[in-house]
Amino acid sequence: MKLLLENARVVDPASQRDGVFSILVVDGRIARIAKDIAPDGATILDLSGLCVCPGFIDMHVHLREPGQEWKETIATGTQAAAAGGFTGVACMPNTQPPIDSRSVVEFVMAQAREHGRVPVYPIGCVSKGQGGVELAEMGDMALAGARGFSDDGKPVASAGLMRRALEYSRIFDLPVIDHCEEPTLVAGGVAHEGEVATRMGLAGWPGVAEDVMVQRDILLAEYTGGAVHIAHMSTARSADLVRRAKAAGVRVTCEVTPHHFVLTHEAILGYDTNAKMNPPLRADSDRAGLLEAIADGTIDAIATDHAPHHADEKCVEFSQAPFGVVGLETAVAICLDRLVHTKLITLSRLVSLLSTGPASVLRLDKGTLREGADADLTVLDLDRTFVVRPETFLSKSVNTPFAGWNLRGAPVMTLVGGRIVHDARERSAS
Amino acid sequence: MRLASPHLLGIEPLTPDEITLILDTAEGFSDIASREIKKVPTLRGKTVVNFFVEPSTRTRSSFELAEKRLSADSLNFSTSTSSLVKGETLLDTLRNLEAMDPDFIVLRHSEAGAPHFLAKHGKTSIVNAGDGAHEHPTQALLDAFTIRRKKARIANLKVAIVGDILHSRVARSNVLLLTKMGADVSVCGPPTLLPRGLEHLGAKVTHRMDEAVEGADVVMMLRIQRERMKGGFFPTLREYAAFYGLDASRMKRAAPGAIVMHPGPINRGVEIMGDVADGDASVILDQVRSGVAVRMAVLYLLAGGDREAAA
Repeated sequence: MKLLLENARVVDPASQRDGVFSILVVDGRIARIAKDIAPDGATILDLSGLCVCPGFIDMHVHLREPGQEWKETIATGTQAAAAGGFTGVACMPNTQPPIDSRSVVEFVMAQAREHGRVPVYPIGCVSKGQGGVELAEMGDMALAGARGFSDDGKPVASAGLMRRALEYSRIFDLPVIDHCEEPTLVAGGVAHEGEVATRMGLAGWPGVAEDVMVQRDILLAEYTGGAVHIAHMSTARSADLVRRAKAAGVRVTCEVTPHHFVLTHEAILGYDTNAKMNPPLRADSDRAGLLEAIADGTIDAIATDHAPHHADEKCVEFSQAPFGVVGLETAVAICLDRLVHTKLITLSRLVSLLSTGPASVLRLDKGTLREGADADLTVLDLDRTFVVRPETFLSKSVNTPFAGWNLRGAPVMTLVGGRIVHDARERSAS
Repeated sequence: MRLASPHLLGIEPLTPDEITLILDTAEGFSDIASREIKKVPTLRGKTVVNFFVEPSTRTRSSFELAEKRLSADSLNFSTSTSSLVKGETLLDTLRNLEAMDPDFIVLRHSEAGAPHFLAKHGKTSIVNAGDGAHEHPTQALLDAFTIRRKKARIANLKVAIVGDILHSRVARSNVLLLTKMGADVSVCGPPTLLPRGLEHLGAKVTHRMDEAVEGADVVMMLRIQRERMKGGFFPTLREYAAFYGLDASRMKRAAPGAIVMHPGPINRGVEIMGDVADGDASVILDQVRSGVAVRMAVLYLLAGGDREAAA
């Protein structure tokens, strides 16, 4: 099985390649990249005017299976991923039961093999049952295929447990991903503590609740030598703490979500529960701080924190609504529109944030187009007009704050192991 | 002149002209209580559901009386008897209530934004009777009505609002209303009970009570909830009273002829001392009296009435 991708702009940050090349795929792997490749019996795919990048990896999604299949399943979540330009997703373990043992990791991987449109990289719990008390069998889960550890949805509140997790994770060199919120500072908050929450009468959730725990994790990573990854960072201060820690050589990495660098807490005005998420949308100065950290290289990955919830669950009083928004089918278009077309970063830097960066954090042998690598490819149309229409989502849930947004640039084709798993290219007249 | 919206969700969306319209209309309704027959036929044939998903005696009674004096039919629907405890969503409860074709729903709810939710999803005119820590517009209107009667104006008055500002919908609605009407408003409480960003609503913020009361024409005290002690906001009621209780000596700092207000129910000896609550400056019971007339005016105007035809 041979496939020849022709006439595309190939953007591969790992090899610093950015130009028009042909890519020959043989048996699911990249066989050759060169200016001119003879077809030699290969199926030809003309990608004129489009960009081919190493496949994007969303390192922070909630697939809800097992346990909450009315919100999302591994099948629907990975269909949404493929449509959104992602060739792989890391799924968070706050399922029911949580992914805290080999058997649940194996269940998720089996479901993904059977029903998944793109590969799924399970994240295992740090603690048994996400209870925050005893370590889960991290080693056994690592052997079964877990790519990192997190009690996501819940922070690792105990500094002592976090210390042990970071020490223990060194055995198998996988990151501990922390959802940073100091629970006694969050104290029931549902919106960023500040003018908007005060005006709306909502319980405030201060940015310092995140900053305190980010700094704690940095200090513990430095002390233990473990690798910590800060999930969905929402404050300018957190970004600055990571920036300084990286400069000091601490093993810390971090991710941001599109909604945190595009929206502010003003999006909740009118009590829009589709703008309610954890951590909350913050002040404009935070949004600006995150963009600065994206531009200067502090941020390692852009992840969606895709958090599907049924429309009925979101159609309640603001404080009662669950936290979370979907993101798989909007993230890439938002990044192109708000980061690349604004010239904040180059396309190559964006590709790093969406492929090379997350692959490196999760120790995946992905994120590059070198010869011999899996042919996981994301194809972009930088000028496609993309209107966010929740009714067309492949995800089971439509809880997006971006409905109706008009964006420039979109993913148009996704290949996993040389197989086309999504194709939304415009058909030519011929 | 009429109100622009069929709902009263808060003070925030009201213009100063609309606030004045409500207060002027309430003047017209205020003498009904002193008539032989305390009733007008204004809302005859209209149905009002008093939907209270949080305990309230004062506000509910006041609304109920306002409805009865306007000849509307009232239905009281409160948490203990509602199906909310059975796990029904607010949306489903709204649909059930609307199936009985009410003209108004007066909602008291523990969650901020609940009346906005009803207004968004329903077709009935919604009156916010207090939503979480967000707004309590009829309280602010009756406070303004009381102030205007006692001081003949609102503009340029110096007003101090003292107490648990963080959890208070009364404070928010009053800050919004009084600043819209040109008053000079200071809010005061322990820093643990002052919400962030409050200064953007137009009030001065201080934790020094003497500073807030100095030269004030109106001193508005808020009820302190015992539960806040457990939340670690202040150590004891005794200490709270020492720093933020209003006594006669503190009142001496206020302007000559200053009035003392409280939305009730008062905690004697905690946020307000008995001699002040019962003293000449106290207008606490005038506030309660004003409440009925103001709520009559609100219902009348939301039903599409204009001021000239009132009462």
